[in-house]
Amino acid sequence: MTATLPEQDLERHFEHVIERDQRIEPRDWMPDGYRKTLIRQVAQHAHSEIIGMQPEANWITRAPSLRRKAILLAKVQDEAGHGLYLYSAAETLGADRTDLTEKLIESRQKYSSIFNYPTLTFADVGVIGWLVDGAAICNQVPLCRSSYGPYARGMVRICKEESFHQRQGYELLMTMTRGTDAQRRMVQNATDRWWWPSLMMFGPPDDASPNTAQSMAWKVKRHTNDELRQRFVDMTAPQAEALGVTLPDPDLRWNAERGHFDFGEIDWAEFKRVVSGHGPCNAQRLAQRRRAHEDGAWVREAAAAHAAKHHSRDHWRSPT
Amino acid sequence: MSDNAYEAITEAHDDARWAFGTGFEDPLAGVDTSLPDSVDGDDLAAYCLMLGDDALVMSHRLQQWCTSLPELEEEVAVANIALDLLGQARLLLTRGGTADGSGRGEDRLAFFREEHEYRNVRLAELVNGDFAELVARLVVFSTWRLALLSRLSESRDPVLSAVAAKGVKEVTYHRDYAARWTVRLGDGTDHSRGRMQAGLAVVWPYVDELFAAHEVELRLSAAGVAPDPSALRDEFDNVLAQVLSAATLSKPEAGQLPGVGGRAGRDGVHTEAMGYLLAEMQSVARAHPEATW
Repeated sequence: MTATLPEQDLERHFEHVIERDQRIEPRDWMPDGYRKTLIRQVAQHAHSEIIGMQPEANWITRAPSLRRKAILLAKVQDEAGHGLYLYSAAETLGADRTDLTEKLIESRQKYSSIFNYPTLTFADVGVIGWLVDGAAICNQVPLCRSSYGPYARGMVRICKEESFHQRQGYELLMTMTRGTDAQRRMVQNATDRWWWPSLMMFGPPDDASPNTAQSMAWKVKRHTNDELRQRFVDMTAPQAEALGVTLPDPDLRWNAERGHFDFGEIDWAEFKRVVSGHGPCNAQRLAQRRRAHEDGAWVREAAAAHAAKHHSRDHWRSPT
Repeated sequence: MSDNAYEAITEAHDDARWAFGTGFEDPLAGVDTSLPDSVDGDDLAAYCLMLGDDALVMSHRLQQWCTSLPELEEEVAVANIALDLLGQARLLLTRGGTADGSGRGEDRLAFFREEHEYRNVRLAELVNGDFAELVARLVVFSTWRLALLSRLSESRDPVLSAVAAKGVKEVTYHRDYAARWTVRLGDGTDHSRGRMQAGLAVVWPYVDELFAAHEVELRLSAAGVAPDPSALRDEFDNVLAQVLSAATLSKPEAGQLPGVGGRAGRDGVHTEAMGYLLAEMQSVARAHPEATW
């Protein structure tokens, strides 16, 4: 039993597991810092899925074809599902979903800043799939090898679903760019608005990212922010060309020597503003989440009261 | 596992996991859409629009709940119900567009018909209220629709029969979901009991309309294509009585909302809420009538 070992042996065992690229499981001993870092990372990811439903849900009722409506609704539903299993992964670390939700709506925990930008046209739905889900995939695929087992396994499923979303988004844009002039303008306009915020999704540059070194040593993070950002640009630039849209960066060009695309300077002042709560939709997104949670309090209380009255006994069965 | 974002995602065409209604371009691809003997195409089309519009409009109201529900489990469940109904609507509208020979596709019918051409019952278009009203509307709507679809699965029209058989499985879950919440809220706290009873009172005036037979429904009933709506009432009353009893709630004593000159949703005469619903749903499609999506 590991529980009877002295702390230094437990720590040695933990480090050994990490070194050998094996997985830490919920009942394993782990350092407090590791647990806290993971709870923060998984909770932020869960919050991002839930807040991220809002900008896309904004277009469900107005989707201009029934097929696109169904695809968008299924995507937003997937995000609710992702949030659910990420909160469950956080609970295996001893966190509590209700508590994490409180922290979100009280702004004590963050979510991805990308969702603090507005969705202004139906083309935004496609561009979010292409760029935002594309960036999310670059960030998340390495997390399938996270040292924490439940998170790594959850990420495998999430990444598969994200890849559908990205393909669906790109396919919508392909259809739109083959359509009318107005549709092509709409796609270009949405690309102009989402490109730079998508690059910011990888977080601050490596020399300004305080948590990266420890997270990489613990193998809860596998690549630096700048490595992932470069990978995303390299992947996306040819896709933009195939679509016939221009990425809004005059410095973007292929660098044969580096074997990568060069790109322009990100506006880190804007990034800091949005992260610190002053983007175009921060207040709106949080207010919506808070409203849903508070308006639902009486429903959750009723469900708890009903369960307490009837224990696990089923009080109503479907008539046959 | 590879670190390449694309190589790591190996299954290129794993479309089976998508929800019903997302994975096809032509809802009736490969289906024999010829009319059964002695069935009037215009009647069949009108009937398909009635049931299709019920599903489309109800789905729209459920879509509006997205991101506002009390728990994440409810977000998943309500989106699921909305998707099921949207899938049913797509099949039914497409069948309608083939049955009347007009060749109008599902999107033409959804986005370019006027309000008076919509045939849904008025219950479906009611503006959303609180969660109790959502549950009340859903328990009434799905109990009625399940009774309808289970009989429609015997239809002489093979397309309607197949659509209904698939719908029965879906709506069985919808009814179960709504009934369970009716019981939880009714037999939860005093507060939730009051709100659930109030939610039922809001939707109850729209109940009789569900069982009022339109002449199209009567002709198709005689032809063995559709059930007579009035024949669904006993099942509806029995199920609701069981649910309300388990929920310690009483059947509302509400009067019924009249139509205009005896005409209501099935005749294209709606409530004031319907114009706003269609304005929202049709806005992008109508702003770009030449576009493809």
